[in-house]
Amino acid sequence: MARVTELSVNGGRRRIDADPDRTLLSVLRDDLDLTGTKYGCGEGQCAACTVLVDGVATKSCLTKVGAVAGKRIVTIEGLAPEGKLHPVQQAFLDADAMQCGYCTPGMILGAVALLGRTPNPTEAEIVTGMNGHICRCGTYPRVVRAIHAAAGKGGRA
Amino acid sequence: MKRRDFFAVLGGGLVVLLDDEIYAQETGGPRRGGGTAVPVEIGAWLHIGESGVVTVYTGKVEVGQNARTSLTQAVVEELHAPPASVHMAMGDTDLTPFDMGTVGSMTTPRMWPQIRRAAAAAREMLLDLAAQKWSVDRATLAIADGKVSAGARSASFGELARGEKWTRTIPSSVPLAEAAAWKVAGKSLPKVNGHAMVTGAHKYSYDLSRPGMLHAKVLYPPQFGATLISLDASAAEAMPGVKVVHEGNFVAVAAPDPETAAKAAGVLQAQWKPVTAEADSHTVFQYFKQTAQGAAASANLTPYTIAYIAHVPLEPRAALAEWEGDKVTVWTGSQRPFGVRSELAQAFGIPEEKARVIVPDTGSGYGGKHNGDAALEAARVSKALGKPVKRNWTREEEMTWAYFRPGGLIEVAGKVSPDGVITEWEFHNYNSGGSGLQSPYSIPGKKEQFHQTKSPLRQGSYRGLAATANHFVRESYMDELAQSVKLDPLEFRLINAKDERLRNVIVAAADKFGWKARQKTAGRGFGIAAGFEKGGYVATCAEISVDPGTGAVKVLRAVVAFECGAVVNPEHLRNQVEGAIAMGLGGALFEEIQFGEGKISTNRLARYRVPRFADMPVIESVLLDRKDLVSAGAGETPIVGIAPAIGNAIFDANGKRIRRLPLMA
Ligand code: FES
Ligand code: FES
Repeated sequence: MARVTELSVNGGRRRIDADPDRTLLSVLRDDLDLTGTKYGCGEGQCAACTVLVDGVATKSCLTKVGAVAGKRIVTIEGLAPEGKLHPVQQAFLDADAMQCGYCTPGMILGAVALLGRTPNPTEAEIVTGMNGHICRCGTYPRVVRAIHAAAGKGGRA
Repeated sequence: MKRRDFFAVLGGGLVVLLDDEIYAQETGGPRRGGGTAVPVEIGAWLHIGESGVVTVYTGKVEVGQNARTSLTQAVVEELHAPPASVHMAMGDTDLTPFDMGTVGSMTTPRMWPQIRRAAAAAREMLLDLAAQKWSVDRATLAIADGKVSAGARSASFGELARGEKWTRTIPSSVPLAEAAAWKVAGKSLPKVNGHAMVTGAHKYSYDLSRPGMLHAKVLYPPQFGATLISLDASAAEAMPGVKVVHEGNFVAVAAPDPETAAKAAGVLQAQWKPVTAEADSHTVFQYFKQTAQGAAASANLTPYTIAYIAHVPLEPRAALAEWEGDKVTVWTGSQRPFGVRSELAQAFGIPEEKARVIVPDTGSGYGGKHNGDAALEAARVSKALGKPVKRNWTREEEMTWAYFRPGGLIEVAGKVSPDGVITEWEFHNYNSGGSGLQSPYSIPGKKEQFHQTKSPLRQGSYRGLAATANHFVRESYMDELAQSVKLDPLEFRLINAKDERLRNVIVAAADKFGWKARQKTAGRGFGIAAGFEKGGYVATCAEISVDPGTGAVKVLRAVVAFECGAVVNPEHLRNQVEGAIAMGLGGALFEEIQFGEGKISTNRLARYRVPRFADMPVIESVLLDRKDLVSAGAGETPIVGIAPAIGNAIFDANGKRIRRLPLMA
């Protein structure tokens, strides 16, 4: 398969030169220095590596970069392009929905995608929708609160 | 930084040095300060620069326990500086005073008052300066929001500090404002670097890079303790850009990108001398008993077992090392930067000031990042290859080669009079540790002992550590005793609890939970547990459901009453309580390291279940704010009550007394 030479990331085109079998996580972090996308497990269990691919929450550690060439990728760095926080980011700050913050970028993008699908989720819908995300610091109740707060405030991607 | 360098490095301004004679007394002498670094007796120091920026230097680090914000709050409160003007320089062994480590929930009780003292002294210096400059009576001055004013006259902190080079050293015994007089502290300041976290801008150790950096991968033995017989690295060495480092048992490869490094490690041909493991996860409890030290326990005690568990910090260990001549700088996520510095100095035979450790705010630790494993590896490879080297552990490495919360065997027995008074108590802890061993209940005849044993796994600190194990057993067994005299668990505890602070949390939790009005229905259970640890008191009530078919337990509701002296920041305290419950739930219900033949079989998240959204109960916390008492740390204590509360609730639901952690096997 041909090498991947371009990715659409955060609204811009980025030149890369990557083996298509490499993970999107690795290309974002190591080639493009977009380190807001986190490694937590590398096996699809924690969702710290979540990015949006055409608006869908996607675990970048399980995604081959060859599969997303030409698709619209949004990382945490692209959520507040003009410096104004996305409503979900603001809601996480307001609800103090982080301790060490390592899970936070993935959580926020997961929440943005969830609100895109379900603009006004019930608590049960939030729990189901977010259950793939691990927060080892245990901020789950606050994340639920943050998502409730962001819902209906234009929390969609 | 040397004392005389302060102003050269920082420009003019005001400096407060805090003499830490309390610390010196406690440790029986001067601390190890690394030769010419910061004067050894200094506990913290604070600088107000000519631009008005206030920088506080502390050896504490931020690992998610919110120290950066709570310490900022201390400065804001005492100095009347705007939060945005306060910068906390943390965990950099070249810049910050020596610190034992961000361990054992000591940041709030130890560092917080120190920083308040330093900030209070700086405030007095600013007032002195203004009084002098304007020739006015000090009593007429007001200080607020980064400014000192007298009538119509007003100057910012920066203006006052301009052109000054004034240092004041104060003893750490300066009195502090009473908690009741706090303005900002006691209210909630939003997380000071929260913005960098929600935008992905914050760089954890895992994310750092340096120009020309190589990524290293270490070849670990297939079993703990196995030694290398032979190595054929030719295939790896033939790969473009790959370098191999082989020093005794240590084998590593380095490459310009992590994937090449991983591939190169995969083609190393190594032969290892196998070892015979002395115990596995099933036989280990017997093994503890066999290898135990200390006087033997009486016969007929009731045994409980505690599994080894892993910290699973979401950011695995990571380090970036760079040598410049004979000095090495390492960026790494550790709770003990100065401890890591010592490890480096020792490993490379260099003086401590030739090793600098910088700790970026870290993707959590929970007691799991006390040492510098990744730092040593990165420094070693970097030294051998003469380039900056990055060493990021994978999840599997983190869950195999870090250390674990110790497993344990605990044996217990007690006697109780018909009216519910405990008359005898015997309690033996094998291996899991002595903290929280002593019963907080008033019992006349007590025998409580911790027995050191051998451990087949590397073990170490963990949030709540042994207190979790000891509380689980004590509070489960309290219910066994209550049951034996047909007393309600709450009533039984109140009969035996004489300590007022303990009674207060028990009553507060039970009231909030509605213990007395609880309604028993099939498949539902209610449990209560209480305890004392690290200067704080906690009581936890839990409501659970048990699936009649599978036996699966779901925790529906947890109420935690917590009293840790004066409350510094209620919002973050609640956050810590919630986090402790979330984490405690894992160890209570399902976390367990399985091992055998010197290998960990549960070294991936797919095989080691940690709590998720769907596992969360409704968590309610009651904070008992005791303004008259010193603030204790809050990171650990709230974790100790959840496991026994759940265990007791399971018994309440189905009559099964489970004497092991995790409860769901
Ligand atoms: S790193 Fe991708 S799911 Fe954990
Ligand atoms: S805030 Fe630490 S892992 Fe979620």
